[in-house]
Amino acid sequence: EIHEPEEVSVWFREGSSCCQETLARNQRFTETPVNMPGADKETDLSERIESFLSELKRCGSGAGSLRGSAETARETTALLRRITAQARWGNAGELMEIIRKEGRRMTAAQPSETTVGNMIRRVLKIIREEYARSRGSSEETDQQESLHKLLTSGGSSEDNFRQHFTHLKANVIEAINELLTELEGTTDNISMQALEHIHSNEVIMTIGRSRTVEAFLKDAARKRKFHVIVAECAPFCQGHEMATSLCKEDIETTVIPDAAIFAVMSRVNKVIIGTQTVLANGGLRAVNGTHTLALAAKHHSTPLIVCAPMFKLSPQFPNEEDTFHKFVSPHEVLPFTEGEILSKVNAHCPVFDYVPPELITLFISNIGGNAPSYIYRLMSELYHPEDHEL
Amino acid sequence: MGDRLTTSTLLVTEEDEKKHEIIRAKGEGKELTKEEKQRLRKEKKQHKKNKKDDRGPPEKEKEKEKASVPAPSKPATQSPAHKAAPVPVNASASESPVAAEKPAKSKAELRAERRARQDSERASKQGKKEGGQQSTSSKPKATPNELQPVVKRLPDHVQVDDPVALKKLAKKLERQQKSGQGCSLNITGVKVPLRSDYGYKVSLFSHLHQYSRKNPPTQQISIPVTVIHPSIVRLGLQYSQGIIAGSNARSVALLHAFKQVIQDYSTPPNEELSRDLVNKLSPYISFLSQCRPLSASMGNAIKYIKKEISNIPSQCKEEEAKRILQECIDSYINEKIILASEAISKYAIEKISDGDVILVYGCSSLVNHILCEAFEKQRKFRVIVVDSRPRLEGREALRRLVKKGIRCTYVLISALSYILPEVSKVFLGAHALLANGYVMSRVGTSQIALVAKAYNVPVLVCCETYKFCERVQTDSFVSNELDDPDDLIVTRNGKTHLENWQTVKSLGLLNLVYDVTPPDFVDLVITDLGMIPCTSVPVVLRVKNVDQ
Repeated sequence: EIHEPEEVSVWFREGSSCCQETLARNQRFTETPVNMPGADKETDLSERIESFLSELKRCGSGAGSLRGSAETARETTALLRRITAQARWGNAGELMEIIRKEGRRMTAAQPSETTVGNMIRRVLKIIREEYARSRGSSEETDQQESLHKLLTSGGSSEDNFRQHFTHLKANVIEAINELLTELEGTTDNISMQALEHIHSNEVIMTIGRSRTVEAFLKDAARKRKFHVIVAECAPFCQGHEMATSLCKEDIETTVIPDAAIFAVMSRVNKVIIGTQTVLANGGLRAVNGTHTLALAAKHHSTPLIVCAPMFKLSPQFPNEEDTFHKFVSPHEVLPFTEGEILSKVNAHCPVFDYVPPELITLFISNIGGNAPSYIYRLMSELYHPEDHEL
Repeated sequence: MGDRLTTSTLLVTEEDEKKHEIIRAKGEGKELTKEEKQRLRKEKKQHKKNKKDDRGPPEKEKEKEKASVPAPSKPATQSPAHKAAPVPVNASASESPVAAEKPAKSKAELRAERRARQDSERASKQGKKEGGQQSTSSKPKATPNELQPVVKRLPDHVQVDDPVALKKLAKKLERQQKSGQGCSLNITGVKVPLRSDYGYKVSLFSHLHQYSRKNPPTQQISIPVTVIHPSIVRLGLQYSQGIIAGSNARSVALLHAFKQVIQDYSTPPNEELSRDLVNKLSPYISFLSQCRPLSASMGNAIKYIKKEISNIPSQCKEEEAKRILQECIDSYINEKIILASEAISKYAIEKISDGDVILVYGCSSLVNHILCEAFEKQRKFRVIVVDSRPRLEGREALRRLVKKGIRCTYVLISALSYILPEVSKVFLGAHALLANGYVMSRVGTSQIALVAKAYNVPVLVCCETYKFCERVQTDSFVSNELDDPDDLIVTRNGKTHLENWQTVKSLGLLNLVYDVTPPDFVDLVITDLGMIPCTSVPVVLRVKNVDQ
């Protein structure tokens, strides 16, 4: 899980929106009558949602707690389960509407945190499946399969989820619990495959800090001896943390600056990296510097292995620069101590890099290893096409 | 005798000739005795070694001999392998199956004798060659039609993992103390210091030195320094602390320091200036290479000075000779560095068009000069400066360009893929251009060239011809420089993760200084002779050798 780097938000703007939220909350408290139990649950729920949203907004800045993608995914799923349990809804359609509405707000709070949107889409798919199962119909996921079915089944797809089933709530909550268990086991599932991919006396290269890769390498180190070269990934230098953590397991580690990636690549056997998001075309959105690493690996014909759990798979495609990139304060790159030249210079500090799928050899996820060309298939199993746009 | 040396190939055929040469070599001037003594010492060592190796299986020794012949570039403790070796060894190889039935002891003795003979041949050849060179220094060098034999020794600074080589270096530094003083003085304890390595070295680079900036070698010299001129000491300190950095700056500083040395030099009685001054310079050069390994440009400058010094006619008066040398150095700096950069700017400005977005990396004095000139000639362009940790040299380039008024953007090298789609050209500086077309430059240059190639952006390297060198290299490991590893440590949010990296035993920090860029990433090299492709470097070297 890649740490979100710090964000120096524009303080006054952030402050004012926070103020507005607290104002709205206070108003809500004063307005709803206190003695109705249903209303209690509702305020409790909306309170939790608001706190989650503000956590997301501040995510990564000095004030909020730094969290990895796995934690975000877990919290999102837990919150969705609570919504399912406590919100008022009569049939599946209404539930999906509520979840969609909350989901839009959550993704708007932190657009770069794609796991939130992914979990929402997973839950929506769960609701659809449970609904279909309750109805007893067998056409669960075959709706988009064959062209013939699409042509002949014209009418039945107008199913708008309006039927009421008594056990739907319990089923959905049970399915979400299963999802939560799956989320908890992802890192272990990935690390279990480590020994299949790492042989002894290898030199492995990685960049920045990814908790998945860390667990992967530590698991392999229990049985095999190998070397790890960590590129420090300026300006946040998370590679340093990764290196010290790997050394605790007695793995031979070397820290190199980003500029030396191509210089040492000729001696590297494998490149293993983590990522922030896996895009729908099999490409990656990973920390800056990963594209250079991938190109250098391609030049030396070194395999590039990406360790990413399934909840990072997102149905987005790589867009143009205005929606793909995220920037943080240029103070990281050119500190304010540099003086006068700051006013005459543009400094950029992008956080993410796009890595095209041609440069990737293998994806290792909790369900096994896959080639990048298979990602579209996995995506169709996880999400329903109508949910791609929340 | 000199003619014989230059026209003959090194395959000697007659054994009698060899013996004659040995006798002739022994009868020659006293300059050879030192070398001869070394050779004889080595022969004795070989003898002892052979007697010890007696017990070993005869197969191993056969293989060792055969292996020592086809691999002349290995860091051998013996003198460099000559082509004279194959003939006697082949003879021995044909002999050995015959001798297989004989007991092992006599075979070892035969081998020892053969080895002793080879060593003495090599010694005579070496001695003859040096003697020949010193007497024919004024004559023109061998015509370039002949292939010069590879008689180079592996430089000391890439033999750190060989303890024998280290001992040799220590002894050489001690000897230089004695040779520099002259026989009348009697000062003890002042010698060119041997710097010790710092910290844990990554195993891939165990053949290179790794020094700490906190322990400069100048601390190990006592005051007053009699062996090393004070301006050289100052220069060494400036190199080791990184105050003077960049190949042009280092060469110019070196030449100025040498001018000062020549100014203060006085020929001791019974010595010739042309010989003595060269000997005086050797400990200075060793000291400087201890402070920081010499760059290719510095090496070429030193070769030029030594040649000029040894070309001084012996009847020349001292004042006259000094004046000549000062003029030579000035003209070298003027021609090779200042005028060359003017010429390169002229060519490069043709390549800059209006509306260009130019990417530069780090701080190259030449590239900065080009951009400033182009800006003065009213070209409209903007510059993107890419920088990398830990040196952050790009900030210096940024300051210089902004002062001129050029519009600049600044990013770190990890943001390269983000910024490259905007770029129309990449201008890179070089530390040296190798004979196989590889560009040796600051670490990170090859990465920039790689990503630029992926985005189809043309890469232009700007390099003066005095930085061309005859070495060849294919990767960044075999010959490089390791900088102080403590530079990588950084404190963020009050936390320094790598603070105690020395205590953690499996952690290593690697701070490389140079890397090599393959020629297929480079589209054009702009030199003072014109715009050439990367692969034309050996042609330029050949032309230069003929000129000289």
